[in-house]
Amino acid sequence: MAGKTVGVLALQGDYERHLRALESAGAHAVEVRTAAELAAVDALVLPGGESTTMLKLLHRESLYAPLGAFGQQKPIFGTCAGAILLATTVTSPEQESLGLVDIAVQRNAYGRQLDSRVVTLPSALGDLEAVFIRAPIIRAAGPAVNVLATYNNDPVLVEQGRHLVATFHPELTADPRVHAYFLTKL
Amino acid sequence: MILNEEYRLKVGLAEMLKGGVIMDVVTPEQAVIAERAGACAVMALERVPSDIRRDGGVARMSHISLIRGIMDAVSIPVMAKARIGHFVEARVLEALAVDYIDESEVLTPADEENHIDKRDFKVPFVCGARNLGEALRRIGEGAAMIRTKGEAGSGNIVEAVRHMRTIVKEMRQLTVLGPEELMAEAKKHQAPFELIEWVAKHGKLPVPNFSAGGVATPADAALVMQLGAEAVFVGSGIFKSENPELFAKAVVKATTYYKDPVKVMEACEEIGESKAMVGLEISKIAEGELMQTRGW
Repeated sequence: MAGKTVGVLALQGDYERHLRALESAGAHAVEVRTAAELAAVDALVLPGGESTTMLKLLHRESLYAPLGAFGQQKPIFGTCAGAILLATTVTSPEQESLGLVDIAVQRNAYGRQLDSRVVTLPSALGDLEAVFIRAPIIRAAGPAVNVLATYNNDPVLVEQGRHLVATFHPELTADPRVHAYFLTKL
Repeated sequence: MILNEEYRLKVGLAEMLKGGVIMDVVTPEQAVIAERAGACAVMALERVPSDIRRDGGVARMSHISLIRGIMDAVSIPVMAKARIGHFVEARVLEALAVDYIDESEVLTPADEENHIDKRDFKVPFVCGARNLGEALRRIGEGAAMIRTKGEAGSGNIVEAVRHMRTIVKEMRQLTVLGPEELMAEAKKHQAPFELIEWVAKHGKLPVPNFSAGGVATPADAALVMQLGAEAVFVGSGIFKSENPELFAKAVVKATTYYKDPVKVMEACEEIGESKAMVGLEISKIAEGELMQTRGW
């Protein structure tokens, strides 16, 4: 990982928190808003935020196809909205997605902000504090998907090859283990 | 201190809105236009501020049927406004399960001394502020997001700039002081001591700091972002412009790419020759009609 740079898609959302989390996990991290900036990084984080807003900007700024191509070669870690962008299918409502991780995702599946929550979960990385905010639920995962943590029997932290997906927000805690695990994929 | 688990969830949603545009909407149709343009949230209210200013009368929480219609029409977070101090309007909005409540000076205040005790709610609150003391008093009451007040419905960015510069400057000044000087600062700012200490240590607010009140063009949005805003509220600026769809898209683009003059230029170009909302000279607004002076 030495000498490598991790980008954070900075169109909208909590990208600053990811930059800080990546740095505390030992990475060199930069903001990515253009295709040229994307081409200069070795891995990418898709942050939490509004997936509809990000999708619209990805298309308008001609970043959608480059992002799909990037994911064919290099690792991507998506949290919450980022998980929605990486999925193969998205519901409530249906929307387009990159299809890089074989999961079916339902948006805002726990309900509204009043149903947001913080829980402690056992995971393959040890016990994790998981912050869910208007979070999606992974309703189905394909055979290539490895589940690293579940909550209420639904997968919440999964990986498929070089890609990592969390429906919660490890970047909102002081614990860098999930980001550190992503960095092992570089 | 108030930074407990529930507070983290409240602040967490504000974190998700960063770098985005929150647009005032009156109807579900407007909410759909805002979402399609790339708004990261919408604010439901009875009338946009420039109409409140024009029509006068008491401005209140919006009709429940309209807010519910907006919540059903879009998948992005929905905020709604309650009057300052009107904790029953706030309870009604919480029962409706809106995602954020704005205890707002744009509506007619219900209490001329006290704001709502926001710690007692599960739904998060945003409040306006003109300076650091006002921001920290609101955070002390439990607000999980601060926005500059600017002058709502004016289409004039000057007040939003004044308030953002004031807050940023007052925070910066605290960071160079010694611990023995901070109690005097708490007294001067009329703010809780522990929050003054927090700001002195970190140089920023413990909650996200957004901008509102006067954004009318893509360049206005990029300006307040460069001055330190972490996201932008646009009230009358979208739906009182000549072409709301174009303005909404262009303001979203300029907010994301606020540091990139070429992209902001492209955003300005996208609105073509359609007119922004008509702006007001602040000095021409009668003292009693200013919205920013409401809040204590």
